[in-house]
Amino acid sequence: MSIEVDHISYTYMAHTSLENKALEDVSFRVDKGEFVALIGHTGSGKSTLAEHLNGLLHPDEGCVRVDGVDLKGKDRAAKEARGKVGMVFQYPEHQLFAETIYEDIAFGPRNQGKSPEEVDAAVRSAMAFVDLDYDVFASRSPFQLSGGQMRRVAIAGVVAMEPDYLIMDEPSAGLDPVSRDNIFSQLMKIFHKRQMGVILITHSMEEAAQYADRLLVMSGGKLHLDGPARDIFTHDRETLEKLSMDVPESVKLADELRQQGLSLKGTPLTEAELIRAIERAKGWKAC
Amino acid sequence: MLTEITLGQYYPGESVVHHLDPRTKILGVLFYMVMVFLANSPLSYGLLIAFLIAATALAKLPPGLLLKSIKPLWIIILLTLVLHFFTDPGEVLWHWKVFTITKEGIIMGIKMSLRLVLLLLVSSLMTFTTSPIVLTDGIESLLRPFKRVGVPAHELAMMMTIALRFIPTLLEETDRIMKAQMSRGADFSSGNIVQRAKNLLPILIPLFISSFRRADELALAMEARCYHGGEGRTRMHELVYQKRDGAAAFILVLLFAVLVFLRWGMPA
Repeated sequence: MSIEVDHISYTYMAHTSLENKALEDVSFRVDKGEFVALIGHTGSGKSTLAEHLNGLLHPDEGCVRVDGVDLKGKDRAAKEARGKVGMVFQYPEHQLFAETIYEDIAFGPRNQGKSPEEVDAAVRSAMAFVDLDYDVFASRSPFQLSGGQMRRVAIAGVVAMEPDYLIMDEPSAGLDPVSRDNIFSQLMKIFHKRQMGVILITHSMEEAAQYADRLLVMSGGKLHLDGPARDIFTHDRETLEKLSMDVPESVKLADELRQQGLSLKGTPLTEAELIRAIERAKGWKAC
Repeated sequence: MLTEITLGQYYPGESVVHHLDPRTKILGVLFYMVMVFLANSPLSYGLLIAFLIAATALAKLPPGLLLKSIKPLWIIILLTLVLHFFTDPGEVLWHWKVFTITKEGIIMGIKMSLRLVLLLLVSSLMTFTTSPIVLTDGIESLLRPFKRVGVPAHELAMMMTIALRFIPTLLEETDRIMKAQMSRGADFSSGNIVQRAKNLLPILIPLFISSFRRADELALAMEARCYHGGEGRTRMHELVYQKRDGAAAFILVLLFAVLVFLRWGMPA
């Protein structure tokens, strides 16, 4: 059970003066139950890549398989395979359209051909996941909500389709820190409960390090690094630097502390890890 | 998808025609259109065609590019041709059942469709060689004298500029919303007309909302930069007539004089 990306290339506006090679020979696989972060600068091809994963774009060369089925096909199996991959676009709240929150979240499940009871169950559970009280919000207009709430509704609209794989394109962009933490804690909850494969597209190294087991580093349409977050931030720092990408703040701070003579061990990916490492190095007891 | 549509016909270049003042081009095109209806002999049409070919060559447009602009209207042109062929009375050349082709019909048909083609080509020549922004500048400047009678020249031009500026943005937005709804299983290509129109709602509503939001933001940004309408506003590129504009005007007037002579001055 996995998404396999097999040597894909894609060019926008091929054979014109505006030709733009967006992806070049990209290969990787993401298994169900894996949390992967796709990182890269603006224009590195990560959004284009994401659109290949649920068949919105088809590669010029190579193929994308979901659970072994090529997404390019026109048959039922290919359509079903595309349906297994949920996609949360950047600023998903801009796609809300229905009169009530219930109707908006039900849009996806209805299109899947679920029965009214199944739709209802899907909406309720999706709303629970994103911490929106069904009784309070279901009949409200999505346009009366705050930005963070609107985004949660939009995410619920994708979660309600019960995808096996979930792709999120910068789900925290433009949110305040509290809303951002909320979104991620909800995302982790869904991830653990449903054992989906999650691909998080981001350019925040902190988010990538904190949540993802594995990193995919893109630059200039090519996949440069693919490996566990800790390995990449420990061993591939030269490559990251060459691609002018950062490491998480906690790793940077650990470096500086080491230069000051503190014998820190390992690569602390998060603030909490850094604090523990300092405590250990100093011989303090955790309080 | 949608973003691959190229909008506006502007074909960037550095030719004399590109550098002509937009006002010269707009007035010139109007003048040329008058001449198209003035022409009544093969020779005068020949002159008009020759002028167009010369202007296209001067503009260094690839041959064929201009002809492509006929494409959206070719059915109307063909219809004009055929209708005149079969319906005009006159000397019968060919007859079969209810269909009659007359000599006058053929002449009239060719003349009418030629007029259409010329009108189309000359206006395309202008849009190919003038960027939309410059064009609106020209329109604003030409409309300014009518301000006294209440034509809001600056406001009209500003509206056009903004509309043109936001077409690509809106297309991009539409593309993104379409993709998002498609990935939620929306289907835009099946069902009957009513069903299809209804299926467009998930695109249209978000698009309207974002347009309003953008309009709001833009208005605020303009206000923050002290925009207060056209009164006393100066511009970065002032339109100034050059020698080449005089030359272009001279050629057009000359052409006009010849056409007038060909129509009325020639002894019958």
